[in-house]
Amino acid sequence: MQVDFTLLIPEFMLAGLGVLVLVVDFSVPWASRGAKNGVLAALTVLGLAMTFAVTLWMQWDTHEILYEHLIYVDRYALLFKALAMAIGAAVVLISMEYVHTRIRHAGEFYALIVFAVLGAVLMAGAAELLTAYIAIELLAFCLYVLVALSRGDSRSGEAAVKYILLGAISSAVMLFGIALIYGAIGETGFRRSELLLEAVFGPTVALGLGMFVAGLGFKLSMAPFHLWAPDVYEGAPTPVTALVSVLSKAAAFALTLRFLAEAGNATLGEWQLALAILAALTMTVGTFTALVQENIKRLLAYSSVAQVGFVLIGIIALNESGARAALLHIAGYSFTNLAAFAVVIAVEAKTGKERIADYAGLASRSPFLAMVMSAAMFSLAGLPIFAGFVTKFLLFTSAVEGGLFWLMVIAVVNSLVSLYYYLRIVREMYVGEAAETGRLRLHVAASVPVWFLFAGTVFVGVYPAPLMDAAGAAVGALAPFL
Amino acid sequence: MSRAEPYLLEWLIYLPMLTAAVLMVLPAAWRTTARWVGVGSGALLMIGSAWVFIAFDYSAGADTFQMIKVYTWLESVGIDFRLGVDGIAAPMVLLTGIVALTGSVIAANVDRDAKSYYILLFVLIAGVYGTFVSIDLFFLFFFYELAIVPMFLLIAVWGSSSTFADFVRTKEYGALKLVLMIVAASVLVWIGIIAIYVWVDIGTFDILRLRDAVQDGGLSSGAQKTLFPLVMVGFGLLAGLWPFHTWSPDGHVAAPTSVSMLHAGVLMKLGAFGIIRVGMTLLPEGMEAWALVLFILGTVNVVYGAISAMAQTDLKYVVGYSSVSHMGYVIMGIATLDSIGLTGATLQMFSHGIMTALFFAVVGAIYERAHTRDTLILNGLASKMGWTTAFFVIAGLTSLGLPGLSGFIAEVLVFIGAFRTQPILGALGILGAAITAVYILRLVARVFFGQRDPQWDALPDLTPREIVASGALVVPLVLVGIWPAPFLDVIRPGVDAVLGGLS
Repeated sequence: MQVDFTLLIPEFMLAGLGVLVLVVDFSVPWASRGAKNGVLAALTVLGLAMTFAVTLWMQWDTHEILYEHLIYVDRYALLFKALAMAIGAAVVLISMEYVHTRIRHAGEFYALIVFAVLGAVLMAGAAELLTAYIAIELLAFCLYVLVALSRGDSRSGEAAVKYILLGAISSAVMLFGIALIYGAIGETGFRRSELLLEAVFGPTVALGLGMFVAGLGFKLSMAPFHLWAPDVYEGAPTPVTALVSVLSKAAAFALTLRFLAEAGNATLGEWQLALAILAALTMTVGTFTALVQENIKRLLAYSSVAQVGFVLIGIIALNESGARAALLHIAGYSFTNLAAFAVVIAVEAKTGKERIADYAGLASRSPFLAMVMSAAMFSLAGLPIFAGFVTKFLLFTSAVEGGLFWLMVIAVVNSLVSLYYYLRIVREMYVGEAAETGRLRLHVAASVPVWFLFAGTVFVGVYPAPLMDAAGAAVGALAPFL
Repeated sequence: MSRAEPYLLEWLIYLPMLTAAVLMVLPAAWRTTARWVGVGSGALLMIGSAWVFIAFDYSAGADTFQMIKVYTWLESVGIDFRLGVDGIAAPMVLLTGIVALTGSVIAANVDRDAKSYYILLFVLIAGVYGTFVSIDLFFLFFFYELAIVPMFLLIAVWGSSSTFADFVRTKEYGALKLVLMIVAASVLVWIGIIAIYVWVDIGTFDILRLRDAVQDGGLSSGAQKTLFPLVMVGFGLLAGLWPFHTWSPDGHVAAPTSVSMLHAGVLMKLGAFGIIRVGMTLLPEGMEAWALVLFILGTVNVVYGAISAMAQTDLKYVVGYSSVSHMGYVIMGIATLDSIGLTGATLQMFSHGIMTALFFAVVGAIYERAHTRDTLILNGLASKMGWTTAFFVIAGLTSLGLPGLSGFIAEVLVFIGAFRTQPILGALGILGAAITAVYILRLVARVFFGQRDPQWDALPDLTPREIVASGALVVPLVLVGIWPAPFLDVIRPGVDAVLGGLS
């Protein structure tokens, strides 16, 4: 069997970069913490940017399946690879100051982010169940450690323990599901399983599929498997929260869509309604629980649960426009949520506060941060001119096209209710009285990535065509739409 | 047709956006510059709007929609950035231009963070223009929502709270109520729009092609009748449709002067315009089936709004409820499905927009000076505030339908349409006009010509800036009142085209 290893160059580069960051970290013990933090962050970002460029350059028109159906190298994987690297670099850029003041092990922090990106990249390419499982675990283990990285903060440790225990259970369930599926059809490749699954569909296959999707649902924080999310979001160091809320969601989403489209297309009728109910449950639970939150990180946790519910619509409709809209929503959501977290990280790094009430009067202390936060909130609520408006519009349209009118109505109502808690934050920032005065000044270098995220949120909302083309090309690589 | 005309419509949207962007990078300390940028941009918008109105060709044989401009936006979904005006949109564009200019002049009174105020105001204006000139369903909805977003901050930050005997209506209450109610209604519109797109199933959001498809039977009669109430309530709420009007007085009272002007003057028209553009054009059978319901609600609007206005002791609440009442004429006119009635409704939208902007400008000026709007305390202002009195009286006379002013023409047309279709409801509507006369004249008699109260003697009259802005609003009121022909000529082809789609 002839294997072209050059197709795996991005993965090799990422692994090498992670190791390099660790090596640099312990080989310059004499440097001051500030200098070291800067060097490591710059190295990480440069490495990710280089890998990003190389990946786009080498794999633009590649459509390969490596090792007898283990890994795809195609447009769909490419889109998510690029997204994962961009997210990794953005998280590093917005968290430099936070890491300097609050995290003792900068080297490990950056290296683990790189390895997490590697896990996400592998998830995007996974073409069969066991590869998918291993990629998921690589990402998950990086996140377990990252969540615990805030030593001295007991909430961080508590969150990590909860995350590991529940994560381990979900992995076990997922593995059990894989075993059942393999037992029933003797095959783990997505594309090869489709017809086999249909042929022998019965209790065993249904249970296996259910358990596998439940495991994915845990990573996506889909209700009723979302209960870990608020505690982990609150306890984790905030940059890690950003990473969990964006990177792991995007990767898990990539895998779920690929799996359901390629392996589940023929059995669509068997699982569509069940998943649609779960999606409705997810968005409703997320939206209504978010209404009563007092901590901004918990609020964003529940809001991201609600957003997952929206994205699931695109998967469940399982038509081309739904898949495209879902990819667009994931990309827009990544920009938006990272912008929101950039503000949360900046505020926390400056003041150490993370309650919603602490955002009172932010508009007078830092008009820029308040503007970015408002834009992010309006985008998450689905208002123009921001990304959320057009992506939600297309998602909900695809639900009706897929014959799920009732799901669209539930989604639209949830979207309305969510406006209330997003507006609450805007209200605090602009109308509330600041408990402290004094301006919060963002370092110029720190404000550049925030500007970039803000611009991205607006750009996707005003001119989504380029991203839509990319999403269209990516979706075109999936089996049902080939 | 000059070379600039094809670009006019899009620049009516780009210019306010650009103004907002320029203001965003302006240092906060440059207040005077920010004001000049705002007023200058308002003036340009006014010129552009007037140009659109004048260039609109209403001669027989001209296309209904003109100055059409199409940019591909999302080809795979069938969304284009597609602009055009017809006879109904053209007067609305002119209205927006007038109110945008006068509003941005009045907004120069804002002291607190003038720059941010103008930014949000111009985003609002961009949304309004966009809704009126979009002929793509997606963008119509896009701009419709865009016009709502800034309202929350404009009212919650710059607004004013009202104190009643035993409770306080805070500005935040007004802001939140307004935004949540309007967005809740827009959810209905959202469902309607998506359903129209998917069920007609020609893969485009282009209103003109959807209209043609619907007329060829592309949407079943049952579907139209199901979807129409969504569109009717969704857009109707913004037009102050009873019983969904409650946000309107609270919101308008809490809003700062120039926002009230824009909101009551222009934004409420978006609702009525939406019923015509989406409801009537794309769901003709639904419109016919629900016309009577809409008619009844519109009549209730007129009478209920007038009676409520009579009971108010706060100047802004009086104007707020009178807006609810006057929007009722618009709704009645639409529900007549009659060419005279619909023409009257369109003219009433224009007339009420200008009139209510003038009302709010004057009332805002009184409040800024006297720090109260209580009609029981304010007395005999006429002796010292001549200009204020003059402008309020003109707005009031327009409101009660004095011949020679625009309100008369518009209301008479609506009543003619109403009597041709539902005479009893039409008679009830006239009753509303009578009540309007009562509360307006009573107000004018007490507040302006009542016993002179020495505590108000120190109040200064309008500043030259305010006089110019208010005067600019009086001109169209009189012009339409004595010579409505140019307006009716423009409106006619639009109305005929819309009604031509009905069976």
